[in-house]
Amino acid sequence: MAFEGLADRLQGTIQRIKGKGKVTEQDVKEMTREVRLALLEADVNFKVVKDFVKRIRERAIGQEVMESLTPGQQVIKVVRDELTELMGGEQSKIAVADRPPTVIMMVGLQGAGKTTTTGKLANLLRKKYNRNPMLVAADVYRPAAINQLETLGKQLNMPVFSLGTEANPVDIANQAIEKAKEDHQDYVIIDTAGRLHVDNDLMDELQQIKANVQPDEIFLVVDAMTGQDAVNVAESFNEQLEVSGVVLTKLDGDTRGGAALSIKAVTDKPIKFAGMGEKLDELEAFHPERMASRILGMGDVLSLIEKAQDTVDENKAKELEEKMRSATFTFDDFLEQMGQVRNMGPLEDIIGMLPGANKMKGLKNVQFDEKQLSHVEAIIQSMTKQERQDPSIMNASRKKRIAKGSGRNVSEVNRLLKQFEEMKKMMKQMSNMPKGKKGKGMKFPFM
Amino acid sequence: MSFFKKLKEKFSGDETKQETQSDKYKEGLSKTRSSFSGKINDLVARYRKVDEDFFEDLEEILISADVGVATVMDLIDELKMEVKRRNIKDSKEVKEVISEKLVDIYYGEEAEDVEQLNLNQNGLSVILFVGVNGVGKTTTIGKMAHQLKEEGKKVVMAAGDTFRAGAIEQLDVWGERVGVEVIKHNAGSDPAAVIFDGIQAARSRGADVLLCDTAGRLQNKVNLMNELSKVKKVISREIPEAPHEVLLVLDATTGQNAMSQAKTFSEATDVSGIVLTKLDGTAKGGIVLAIRNEMSIPVKYVGLGEKVTDLQAFDAHAFVYGLFADMMEEDTP
Ligand SMILES: Nc1nc2c(ncn2[C@@H]2O[C@H](COP(=O)(O)OP(=O)(O)OP(=O)(O)O)[C@@H](O)[C@H]2O)c(=O)[nH]1
Ligand SMILES: [Mg+2]
Repeated sequence: MAFEGLADRLQGTIQRIKGKGKVTEQDVKEMTREVRLALLEADVNFKVVKDFVKRIRERAIGQEVMESLTPGQQVIKVVRDELTELMGGEQSKIAVADRPPTVIMMVGLQGAGKTTTTGKLANLLRKKYNRNPMLVAADVYRPAAINQLETLGKQLNMPVFSLGTEANPVDIANQAIEKAKEDHQDYVIIDTAGRLHVDNDLMDELQQIKANVQPDEIFLVVDAMTGQDAVNVAESFNEQLEVSGVVLTKLDGDTRGGAALSIKAVTDKPIKFAGMGEKLDELEAFHPERMASRILGMGDVLSLIEKAQDTVDENKAKELEEKMRSATFTFDDFLEQMGQVRNMGPLEDIIGMLPGANKMKGLKNVQFDEKQLSHVEAIIQSMTKQERQDPSIMNASRKKRIAKGSGRNVSEVNRLLKQFEEMKKMMKQMSNMPKGKKGKGMKFPFM
Repeated sequence: MSFFKKLKEKFSGDETKQETQSDKYKEGLSKTRSSFSGKINDLVARYRKVDEDFFEDLEEILISADVGVATVMDLIDELKMEVKRRNIKDSKEVKEVISEKLVDIYYGEEAEDVEQLNLNQNGLSVILFVGVNGVGKTTTIGKMAHQLKEEGKKVVMAAGDTFRAGAIEQLDVWGERVGVEVIKHNAGSDPAAVIFDGIQAARSRGADVLLCDTAGRLQNKVNLMNELSKVKKVISREIPEAPHEVLLVLDATTGQNAMSQAKTFSEATDVSGIVLTKLDGTAKGGIVLAIRNEMSIPVKYVGLGEKVTDLQAFDAHAFVYGLFADMMEEDTP
């Protein structure tokens, strides 16, 4: 895993404080320094980080942290609170025009994901709000951009308006609106060409489209992997077009996504949706509080639980939850669990969402790929029933036998046993959490 | 010899070709340069003394260029040591040390001709393009096809992105634009099969270079990365020393995630070089320094726009020259 999360970063300071039993201003300074580094590594713009850290320092130097028994956790809490506040509440509403059609304009840099997002948004409008969107191909510059949108239209079985590559994007937009009125399409989504925010001619073109069609929404589409430049891009697009919201794309990647914070801080416009995959139904409402955790490297627990809920068999999950609580979780359960986890998709995705996956010794160095999984499976399958139920009976000769049976070596067997213990410990901790905190369906046994 | 002198010598030499190239860089990177070295100049003007504040601001300048926290920290540490060792008090003097260190980071121990494309001089060369979604793979292929063709090479392109809507048509348009044949299958077909056919076609046409497009994919999707490894294996099975280059296309706008891209794509396909695109914007692409430093993958090309001619061979000296041109001119008496 590429970067340490904030919690990992604070470990050192926290250990030292534990020894002393008292928090000094120097400790706070060190902790805020780690906060700064964590945010920078997450691609939050350095100016935004500066302001943010200043606020944290003020709060942390107050009694809240210094007098706390658990200053480390307290700092994390302060940071998370502040961050969550900065990110704002959830706002995934889409405007509705008084007189249809409602017009949405998609804008952004090249390669941000506008065309795909146009398709996804149309899909969402129909599925969730029962609307009839029309897509408009106003990218006349990128080769085959029109073709791309038409293909999406075909997949969605939705009309796509195009005048080819020779027409002027402003005319295309104007005529599209007329056509939508005629055909009683209640939403019009205009896919514009990607452009640099410093390209005056092309930015001018967007302003003209805006002046002509008076859109109800202008969505700025931004790649979640964007670095420090995100502030320039967002500021510039917003200044020139007054965008109404932001869509963050490619969040299914492993980026921390600090750009989200930068964009919010400089534009104060809500991030409304998140692109979570290449398929047309992979557009989700943006969850600011999850993003805050993700930027801090605390794992996207809530998404993980939701994902688990979608895939894991209800009854079996309940059974497992019970076992977890009573700490009777065995290797048999583990095996079964692995099968279910596999159904959830690429393991990296899942592990990435686990909080503290970085910190857990057992998990840290394991490569979570399919090969590794089959090794684990082989090891467990070489255990006797008794061993699976009660790993505490494991001794050197048993381990040797298992290693031989599974074609792995003893150190691998040891590693798995250790991981299993870690996991059980973690489950126990989590199941001791008060019910309310765990959300309504804490069903994922890894928890 | 000082770094500036070395550069000056290089660029005031009588090789006009180099001059034009550095001019193009200067133009393309003018935004980068003015903001970056402008900032360093501001910094130097603001601080007469080399103290903590000075280093803190320098750190910010580098971080804002996406160089990456770890690399910046290393660099600053080294600078501090150097400043102490040479007993530098004046901020003007430190300027030179900064650029020296940046070039050091870029080149490390290696020879300075790592930017050359590794092409098979007699026979077919295969170049595989990989990268995350939307970074500019297809566009770069179009531009490179044009460039190679101008050099008198026979080029064929293979439409290995069978996934994204319109991807095949996009490459087709580029094929028409630059007059190069595109080998393609239907949308949704096996990319490895397309590339296989590409190789057969390139062979039978007696082509010099085959450029292989692939679908954009996020590096944490294990299945998709495996698919890419398979494509590479198919190429190597046909021609043992191929692919002659695996070029990872990186978007200069990308932040720290580019490092993870470089690592994971390298694991899957053994990346041999980087194409850094969209340098015509305001992003600085500083992460390539970190990638070079940690993984020693060289940048081979830069993308400076959407036109067919907007692809330039990367030359680190020109790159650094572009970054520091203002400072150098100041140095000249
Ligand atoms: N300004 C600028 N735009 C570029 C550059 N290179 C590519 N682009 C644009 O970036 C967008 C995406 O480029 P593509 O070539 O389609 O990217 P790709 O990596 O093939 O994308 P996928 O196949 O969808 O993964 C297009 O609009 C290109 O015109 C560059 O150097 N500068
Ligand atoms: Mg492409």
